[in-house]
Amino acid sequence: MLEITEGSHAVAEAVRLCRPQVVSAYPITPQTHIVEALADMVADGKLDADYMTVESEFSALSACLGASAAGSRVYSATTSQGLALMFEVCFNVAGMRLPIVMTIANRALGAPLSIWNDQQDSIALRDSGWLQFYAEDNQEATDLHYIAYRVAENPKILLPAMVCFDGFILSHTYEPVDMISQEDADKYLPKFAPKERLDAADPISFGMYATPDYYLEFRYNTDKALKDAKSVIQAAGAEFKQMFGRDYSAMVEGYRMDDAETVIVAMGSICGTIKDTIDDLRAEGMRVGLLKIRVFRPFPSDEVAQALKCAKRVAVLDKNISLGAKGAVALEVKDAIYSSGIPVYDYIIGLGGRDVQKKDIREVVTLAGKGQGNIFVGLRKEVL
Amino acid sequence: MADKTCELFDCGHRACGGCGAALAARLMLKAAGPNTIVVSSTGCMEVFSTPYPETAWKVPWIHSLFENASAVASGIEASLKKQGRTEKVVVMAGDGATFDIGMLCISGAFERGHDITYICYDNEAYMNTGIQRSGATPYDASTTTSPAGSHSFGNKRPKKDMPEILAAHGSPYVATASIAYPNDLIQKIEKAINTTGPTYVQIHVPCCTGWGFEGEQTLAIAKLAIETGLWVNYEMVDGKVTKVKKVVRKPVEEYLKTQKRFRHLFKPKRQDAEIAAIQVMADKNAAKYGTEIKLKKD
Repeated sequence: MLEITEGSHAVAEAVRLCRPQVVSAYPITPQTHIVEALADMVADGKLDADYMTVESEFSALSACLGASAAGSRVYSATTSQGLALMFEVCFNVAGMRLPIVMTIANRALGAPLSIWNDQQDSIALRDSGWLQFYAEDNQEATDLHYIAYRVAENPKILLPAMVCFDGFILSHTYEPVDMISQEDADKYLPKFAPKERLDAADPISFGMYATPDYYLEFRYNTDKALKDAKSVIQAAGAEFKQMFGRDYSAMVEGYRMDDAETVIVAMGSICGTIKDTIDDLRAEGMRVGLLKIRVFRPFPSDEVAQALKCAKRVAVLDKNISLGAKGAVALEVKDAIYSSGIPVYDYIIGLGGRDVQKKDIREVVTLAGKGQGNIFVGLRKEVL
Repeated sequence: MADKTCELFDCGHRACGGCGAALAARLMLKAAGPNTIVVSSTGCMEVFSTPYPETAWKVPWIHSLFENASAVASGIEASLKKQGRTEKVVVMAGDGATFDIGMLCISGAFERGHDITYICYDNEAYMNTGIQRSGATPYDASTTTSPAGSHSFGNKRPKKDMPEILAAHGSPYVATASIAYPNDLIQKIEKAINTTGPTYVQIHVPCCTGWGFEGEQTLAIAKLAIETGLWVNYEMVDGKVTKVKKVVRKPVEEYLKTQKRFRHLFKPKRQDAEIAAIQVMADKNAAKYGTEIKLKKD
């Protein structure tokens, strides 16, 4: 049923439909509306979960870790500094192969303090072993939660997942969102029943230490599971399409890619602005397309290379920067199409909530046409 | 009642001969029994008991990080509750993980009132990383980060009073115990586990490697700590001290001189002022808890 609802509330509703048994989170802007909504649901008996108000994000994810190891489906949400505080636990959760799902309402990292959107926070955790999904709009953000649990809990995968959606731009925006029924949600996402859990009837040890004789193999296995997740994501997306009509079977999504000479690559809500700009540019006769990255981890290198093979130039927009190098998406795209010889121009855009408008996208297309990359778009030189 | 013949902490682990912490784990599991989930912090015990693919734990066991055992335990307890399961959740963490780096998580878990038992095996320094001082290191102990030298007598601060801090959180049961008194230790852990809410037991576990003594002396030294008043065994129920181990006290130097970490107080020169200062601490402990047994004069 289509409802006009705030992004955070739509996400909270999707989480409720996923039936987590333990929810643990710590308040941080702009994630708060999600966890407040979940608290309301628990208080009103609409969600049968233990809602644990912890003293820090570090403990929020640690509590989720324990609850997941004990055999419960669990949920958390955070952003920015909160995610940074979870850094150590994030790596631990992935290494212990616990399928926790966490929403990231993407926000910039300090200093300087900024509560506004970019994607630096989750990008900083790209090496942690979590699946990472990025949503363009609130329908996608909502749907990706069912898919995230489904993939994470697959016995062949058993990895945690971050569902990332842009803070404020999506989290605090009202859009029409189609919510699935509880019955359908239960069909799509069966009860979490891990083979291995903390259980006195069958005692096992979790989180042992590994000598150099074993550590490498643990890392290999985790990396392999993340890469194997590609086909599981595709299958989960295809089944979702079959049941609900919306197609998330591809890791990347093209927009007006036919005959496109300049292809913009981006993640998240900025893709909407890019699509609008492309429509304008196409009307003016310019052959521009968009390749949206929906799944950043595992990175769909083959799919990116396939999608870009006919492009004359690629312009990558990053709402993050690996300081001293480039934006994370640009680095991945360059790697994916290295042997093709297609030039990749990289742009840092929209950091710390700087508004990205159609004119900025036009500027990027113009710069790429001139062969100019490695640029911070919209830099106010007068305040440098 | 605990089945004292039950052995749930298996032999073959890598602890040093004479390790007080290993004995504490073994006794703890006798008290807790098989229907227990143990959460360990990073530290000596975690390392010596679980070198993959071997484990000494015959109950379900989990280790996540150094500082988050109480948060992990909170999550497990919440999960068990939702599943209607009956296992008891017991944290087994060292003093560094408890007094220092894990303080935030412990405070949160105790404030939230989870039904968990937190056991600190207190060997009074970071032993796993090579004997660095912690908030549990006693006054004047020489460690690798509080070394005695020509301008220092070692650790400059007395031990943090962790049991009082947790009692102040409203914990219904807080106790101190020693491996020198195993029956008392087992009873206290049973009581802690069977008390609803967050409970705390701090066990004094001499470390032969870190403190500098021969492994066969572990129990004798643990006993001397109590007999000198430098360690007090007591129970607090709802914040009030209800039971104290009484002793005929010995001078503190009988304890100090058994360990290399205090050797600088005796060699090359006897440091009377420092020994006297430590004696004052023991006297204060005795007065605070009323541990002294006064012998009748003939």
